[in-house]
Amino acid sequence: MTNYSNLLSLIPLLPILSAVILLFSNPSRLWVSILAVGSITSVALISSFLNYVYWQQTDFILKASLGNWISIAELSISFGLYLDSLSLVMITIISGVGALIHLYSTGFMSQDKSFKRYFIYLNLFVSAMLFLVLADNLLLLYLGWEGVGLCSYLLIGFWYQDKNNNLAANKAFLMTRIGDTAMAIGLFLLFTHLGTLDIQEIQVKAHTVWSLSDNTIASICCLLLLGGAVGKSAQFPLQNWLPDAMAGPTPVSALIHAATMVTAGIYLIARNSQLFQLAPDVLYVIALIGTFTLLLGASAAMVQSDLKRILAYSTISQLGYMFLALGVGASASAVFHLMTHAFFKALLFLSAGALIYSLHHEHNIFKMGGLFKKLPVVTVSFAIGCSALASLPFTSGFFSKELILEQVVASGHITLWWAAVLGAFITAFYSARLFFIVFLGQAQLSPDTTPTKSMSLALIILCLFSLLGGVQPSGLISLMPPLHADNLTNLQHWLPIILPFIAISFAWWIFKKSQFGRTHTSLLQGIHQLLKSGWAFDHIYQTIFIQPFKYLCQLNQYDVIDLFYRFIEKVSCILNNTFSQFQNGQLRSYNASLVIFCILAFAWFISGELIK
Amino acid sequence: MIPVSWILFLSLSLFSIGIFGVLARRNLLFILISLELMLNAVVILFIAGSRYHSSSIANSDGQIMYLLVLTLAASEIAVGLSLVISMYRQHHHLDIDKLNKLRD
Amino acid sequence: MLETIFIMTATITLISALLAITAHNVVHALLYLVVTMLAISLIFFILGSSFAAALQIIVYAGAIMVLFIFVTMMLHQGEKSLAQERHLFHFSTSITAFVLCSILFCELAFILFLAPSETLNDISIAQLAPAITVKQIGQQLYGPYSLLVVISALMLLSALITAIHISKNAASIEIKTEESNL
Repeated sequence: MTNYSNLLSLIPLLPILSAVILLFSNPSRLWVSILAVGSITSVALISSFLNYVYWQQTDFILKASLGNWISIAELSISFGLYLDSLSLVMITIISGVGALIHLYSTGFMSQDKSFKRYFIYLNLFVSAMLFLVLADNLLLLYLGWEGVGLCSYLLIGFWYQDKNNNLAANKAFLMTRIGDTAMAIGLFLLFTHLGTLDIQEIQVKAHTVWSLSDNTIASICCLLLLGGAVGKSAQFPLQNWLPDAMAGPTPVSALIHAATMVTAGIYLIARNSQLFQLAPDVLYVIALIGTFTLLLGASAAMVQSDLKRILAYSTISQLGYMFLALGVGASASAVFHLMTHAFFKALLFLSAGALIYSLHHEHNIFKMGGLFKKLPVVTVSFAIGCSALASLPFTSGFFSKELILEQVVASGHITLWWAAVLGAFITAFYSARLFFIVFLGQAQLSPDTTPTKSMSLALIILCLFSLLGGVQPSGLISLMPPLHADNLTNLQHWLPIILPFIAISFAWWIFKKSQFGRTHTSLLQGIHQLLKSGWAFDHIYQTIFIQPFKYLCQLNQYDVIDLFYRFIEKVSCILNNTFSQFQNGQLRSYNASLVIFCILAFAWFISGELIK
Repeated sequence: MIPVSWILFLSLSLFSIGIFGVLARRNLLFILISLELMLNAVVILFIAGSRYHSSSIANSDGQIMYLLVLTLAASEIAVGLSLVISMYRQHHHLDIDKLNKLRD
Repeated sequence: MLETIFIMTATITLISALLAITAHNVVHALLYLVVTMLAISLIFFILGSSFAAALQIIVYAGAIMVLFIFVTMMLHQGEKSLAQERHLFHFSTSITAFVLCSILFCELAFILFLAPSETLNDISIAQLAPAITVKQIGQQLYGPYSLLVVISALMLLSALITAIHISKNAASIEIKTEESNL
């Protein structure tokens, strides 16, 4: 098995190696592509091989250590890698989708001046993400966590000449930082109480130290970890950085802000699912957050006009589904949906990227239309992506979403089920709306370039995955046993299957009457505006947090604590001014000061004598 | 019968006059003259001290100190007057108030 | 008798000193200073230090004054210097200096009268031992105080070198500035 350990350690090292080589050398574009894509592709091959090896086994664990990191007293942290069926699924997604997106990027970014920088960031990101999912302790996980955050920041602000991109990058970085801080505190708390940061040990120890009846600290730990997950996975209340994060290049949006990085939060909770089982209240909170976010995201996606923003909101919404599944205790189905979502959302983003590439960076869907004939590959892939998103039967999205809904019923949260079904309806509706507006109807803009071969290749492979990827990895079920759902009513069974068709027909009806993009009454207009701004959370945060903070800053413009130091400074300035008056270069005044000193000294002497 | 206090009074009067000269005059030559007066005021004290301290045996310490002060005064005047000459050559006046470049 | 002579001499000393430092003409000031020195040498004589009195006349009233007068002769420009000096010094601009030195004088005088009277007034020359002779001073100088003689010699030498250096340097600087002016 040592062979496999070496393979395992290669997985996160290859991308970072390629990033370092790219950083310190200056190869031609072709070699940059070969190196960057090659490293990720090798990782993808290694993970496919591991998949093949462990196909039949369900309870396998593979460990590797890259060396010691920190060793102080009883705290010992190593660069330890840990592979089980959950992390195997994750590395397969990351490396597979990552390799395809790298391939795609060679075409998409071919005109860009910072070609090399882009691939350095992207490789670094993949490496950090692999460290995140392979870490055997929470600190290494946190390292990867921050690494992907950094890469996300760098890539959102990739076109840094535009101020808006920098603002979006700052927003994403700061909002996720809120969650990361909570998570760091959670780690400290876990270490103080359990004395270890090893993930597996934590799961075991947590059950011996805490119990269901005495779970206050466990709940606090879980809530803090949840804070990190919420920030990273763009869930309510930290969801509004994701739509702005679309400022980055489209393949980045596909890789980081749809397929992989945003799922880190889901991975974190799924990885610690045994710990979270100790805190049912927190699980319920997770379910509520997920439900709320999925409705929020779906409704906001319904009215957007920017192609990428629609997809961003739909990502938020789909992540909400995963949180819902985690919350009801169905981690396996959450990870399953994560996988299928990674496929079809990457496909959607890449098709959107191809569209944008062909239409000179046009993002507004109402300026598109009738692209069906001109861009057949993109149309087909977009159609497949949309149908998977809408969970039409026999696409990958269908299997995972049905599973989640089924598990929600099995857990007994019927209200949440209805909300999720409503979300599914809206999802199908906006997917159809998006597809109809962009590809059907009257032709407006005409594309002058067609996607390059590498882009088309990546799209086709992802199409296959999106269609056929609906197979739940067997290892997951054994690792995180699903709930048994045998009491489904007919309604609960058939409604989610029929609903997408109803939604699509509804969208078609509206589209035929060409009612999209226009509103009649002021009430509708108001709702439209509200939804379009993502339920106005930016404004709410602006008024609740930013304005008071600015006000406080304004109040404290002359820093209260600084006043003391400024006082010292002022006193010394005054003293300086006073005393520099004496240094006037006049010999006679120096003499005079000498005499004055003598006078004072004698006066002091005399007064002393008189007192005697 | 000259009391010591008389001599002391003379000395300090002379010293004060010297100080007044140093403070009030702007001509370098007059300042040197004032310095001579102050030195003399001190010298008077030395001589008086030498006299009043040799009550039983002869004590010449004060006079020897007078000799030292004398040589000091001679050296000081030599250096000071050469400075006066050099200053006059460079600035064509002896006003020390105008020599304030040390300020900056 | 001795007291009368002392008081007269002291008065002459003080008046001529005052005149010396308030005169506008340097030559007058120097002459007043010579008078002061002569009066001080008389006081030394009264105090029984005839050697010091002789030295005072020879070195101060003689050598040092001659130095002063030489320099004055080099620099003096007659009526122009006088006018300049009147501009530089008159009594109304030196009130501050006057006030300062008066305060100092008062304080010193106060300290003088603060001292216990017997220590000052009871000692007088009549009770003292005979005056010190030149021979005694010479013995002291070349006996226990020989180091002082060496130091004095070094001091005079260094003063000599300094004086030569400064006046010579000044000359060269003057030439340089003239050259640059040309």
